[in-house]
Amino acid sequence: MSAALPGTAGIDPLATLLAAQTAVAVAAAAAGCLPSARVRAAVAGWLVALLGAGAVVAGGLALEGHRLALSWPAVVPALDPALRVDALSGVFLLIIGLVSAAAGIYAIGYAAPGGAHGDHPSPAGSRTAWTSFALFVASLQLVVVAGSATTFLLGWELMAVTSALLVLTEHRAQQAVRGAALWYAGMTQLGFLAILGCFAVLVAHARAGDFTALRASAAGLGGTATFVVAALALVGFGSKAGMVPLHVWLPRAHPEAPSHVSAVMSGAMVKLGVYGLLRVGVDLLGIHSREWGLAILAAGGASALYGILQAVVATDLKRLLAYSTTENVGLILIGVGAGQVLSGSGRDDLAAVAYVAALLHAINHAAFKGLLFLGAGSVLRATGLRSLDSLGGLVSRMPATTALVALGALAAAALPPGNGFVSEWLLLQALVHGQSAGGLTTALVMPAAVAVVALTAGLAVATFVKAFGIGFLARPRSPAADAATESPRAMRAGMGVLALAIAVLAVAPAMLAPGLDRAAAALAPSTRGGGAAAVQGSAGGLALAGVQARLQPLLVLALLVGAAMAVAAAARLWGRPRRRVALAWGCGGQRLSPRMEYTATSFAEPLQRVFVEVLQPEQDLTVTPASGPYLVTRLRYSQQVGDVVERRAYRPALNLLARWAERARGLAPGSVHRYVGYAFAALVAVLVGVSW
Amino acid sequence: MVTGVLAAVVQPVLLAAGAPLLIGLMRTVRARTEGRIGGGVLQPWRDLIKLLRKEPVTADGTSWVFAAAPVVLMATSLVIAVIVPYLSTQSPLPGAGDLFAVVAVLLLGTVALTLAGLDCGTAFGGMGSSREITIAALVEPTVLLSVFALSVPAGSSNLAAIIRGRMDDPATLASPTSLLALVALVVVTIAETGRLPVDNPATHLELTMIHEAMILEYAGRDLALVEWASWMRLGVLLGLIGNLFAPWGIAGPGDGPAALLVAALALVVKIGWLGMVLAGAEVFLAKIRLFRVPELLAGSLVLAFLAVSAAYLLPQGVHQ
Repeated sequence: MSAALPGTAGIDPLATLLAAQTAVAVAAAAAGCLPSARVRAAVAGWLVALLGAGAVVAGGLALEGHRLALSWPAVVPALDPALRVDALSGVFLLIIGLVSAAAGIYAIGYAAPGGAHGDHPSPAGSRTAWTSFALFVASLQLVVVAGSATTFLLGWELMAVTSALLVLTEHRAQQAVRGAALWYAGMTQLGFLAILGCFAVLVAHARAGDFTALRASAAGLGGTATFVVAALALVGFGSKAGMVPLHVWLPRAHPEAPSHVSAVMSGAMVKLGVYGLLRVGVDLLGIHSREWGLAILAAGGASALYGILQAVVATDLKRLLAYSTTENVGLILIGVGAGQVLSGSGRDDLAAVAYVAALLHAINHAAFKGLLFLGAGSVLRATGLRSLDSLGGLVSRMPATTALVALGALAAAALPPGNGFVSEWLLLQALVHGQSAGGLTTALVMPAAVAVVALTAGLAVATFVKAFGIGFLARPRSPAADAATESPRAMRAGMGVLALAIAVLAVAPAMLAPGLDRAAAALAPSTRGGGAAAVQGSAGGLALAGVQARLQPLLVLALLVGAAMAVAAAARLWGRPRRRVALAWGCGGQRLSPRMEYTATSFAEPLQRVFVEVLQPEQDLTVTPASGPYLVTRLRYSQQVGDVVERRAYRPALNLLARWAERARGLAPGSVHRYVGYAFAALVAVLVGVSW
Repeated sequence: MVTGVLAAVVQPVLLAAGAPLLIGLMRTVRARTEGRIGGGVLQPWRDLIKLLRKEPVTADGTSWVFAAAPVVLMATSLVIAVIVPYLSTQSPLPGAGDLFAVVAVLLLGTVALTLAGLDCGTAFGGMGSSREITIAALVEPTVLLSVFALSVPAGSSNLAAIIRGRMDDPATLASPTSLLALVALVVVTIAETGRLPVDNPATHLELTMIHEAMILEYAGRDLALVEWASWMRLGVLLGLIGNLFAPWGIAGPGDGPAALLVAALALVVKIGWLGMVLAGAEVFLAKIRLFRVPELLAGSLVLAFLAVSAAYLLPQGVHQ
């Protein structure tokens, strides 16, 4: 092994750490093959958690300014393996590490027998599942530390294959899993093709695969080639990020995967789409273009709005969370797009703010969405239910899980004192201050983006009030929810890790400010080296350089807690202390039955009616008349809100493809002569092509 | 600084004490306009004291969320009363006096109450919560765009900076941006506080109520807190509008504690006047259907968007 960067003499802490990470990854994958299910879960789970913790440390080092560049060109010349760590990799290492450490601990409990599936061993505890999970977490880290095109693509494909295997984990139990895995594999491979094409153009131009070489040669790339690469990057990485209209795999794969896998997929894997976009588009290609920025901004806005509109009407808890991921990726992309627009207008200082907002939101989203997916997994394990319409009453049956999910929902709704509020505040500041950056387009686009972010935030509040209020509060709406019991300790501990992360991120975002500035500086070049940092930490909070914008979340939290305690104390002193429990008001009639409660469907009905044009729900009313037209024996109403994009765009395309495939069957009639003819024609074609 | 700290202490006390009087005033105006005598300005305070003495009754099957919601709601109202510069622009808490933060804290109170409505497990509670959250979600774009429009001339979304900017340059008050933002903010206030024509605060008819449906299960001390906090929300929002669009009488950077007395008087006059105008207007309005409310909010969103665009296209404050 040879350190390729001159000046990195001695033992680099990052290099040592990455070597250790490799060893832990191999050990974790090997532990996944252990014969005893209990030992396997404990050993592999803790090793994955260790793998995650190592990534958090590596990310922290990279954010502090440690850099690393290693390459072994002589080892396998064609593969050109190389590793490269900078602050941008650091952000994503932190994200991956945080979520996978929590998911590793959680999975120990999740894979154990018990809960709604009785004493049968859970498929999530199988050898394939554990080994794939360890490799999946390792491949995620490989992608963000890759320093050459081939290493990146290798990591990317390993990530795609292992995650597809993990989506398939419960294929015996549920029919829907196979369809979900097929959609996922199809979309992810199409995205991979786009990324492959994108790198092919870059590598062919640079005649080398190393990122340094790619970056150096990108300036000489022609206009058309740059456009092609940028478009391919947007499509390829956008499909991984769950950007509308390439999001269709997300609401299928996330619900069907085991919950700890959903947490890692949603918290970390989709973020790698954002990483790829930033690394290839902004870092390697060096694009600072308003047009590309506007394209990303538009895609982000569409994703944010469409995602949250689907989430607000979703009744399946995990589907709701999956669509909310699309929404949050949309918000991150709005930040990236705004960064591009501002950078293209020559305001790199404001662009850096937008990039910091996007990166901070990526970290925050990883923490709260990871927690929420793990919480959904606990509910699923305890009740066997994912439908909010059948849940309820978990607050008294699973108090710890409920409290943890409440924290996650608060953060996801972007309300103070949650961490989601901090990054949305920063995003809004970037948009507000960016309005005057350049020209009429920016002046109109920025307010429109603020309106989109605002509507998204409002609907996110409604979504998470629904998810928490209907799913966890009130009385149980089914016997299964009534019989729920609290999750095992490992699962609560896994969720606790992420809850702690949310709390830290919520009150002390200043801690990350220097590191995020460093990462953003690489994306907005003129702020690199010298000059004030775009976003500064100030007394635990955040402040923008140059303008008066400051937020101290700890202060807001202290004020809220102080006021609440004062109110509670005053109410105790003044009013009557005793609290009487009585029946709820039943209009003077019968006792209330759970059937009378509002459900997730009825809760979202007003919003569904307002946005009926976008959602296009399929409703069906069947009336069975008795003898005569005025008497009815039975009324049956059903409603389904599918994905409009899937129904309108993907279904026709798939049908067309199926028709062509049917027609292509005529080419293969079973005659050997015909096949020999084909082979001969192909050979001639190749020879002609080569000698041209 | 002393003035600022003193203001941060006086503001919540003043608004908490004044909010029931504001409601009493509004009810009296309405009663007199309709030819009734009414209960008097002090009636809400009497109701409040009566309710505070009664024991809280909790519906069977509810959780800690139900018991905590009134406290959280009241805390959010108090926090806003502390961080918004009502009496002095020398805020001792610049890290919290951001307009986006104020809006978010307000929304937190709404969320606490909607969760409590769901926690009752009754059809009424769910219905009220569902409607309340629908309106809260749809009003959000207008709120944030109005904030945007107001922060463009000041170059900051910090409330003290915005108000100071408007005090120094009164010409911005009559600019198109300012007027459009005013209309948008009034619609927002009406929607957020459940006044006519969005919600009827006097109704107890199942099919029409929003706020009342949500809090139907509350009694005694809890009910008192919910009502008081909701009245305070109206007070703080009217006070905010008053200070943004008539930034007079507020203690400036150099003023001593004595200026707070003038500022308090000015604030009382502003809120009282706005309350009377609102109550007078409500006499002539009927509640609109729930599904017409989005149209009203979409209209206010357009106004807010125009306000932001006008702020860029007609930059008044910058050239003068």
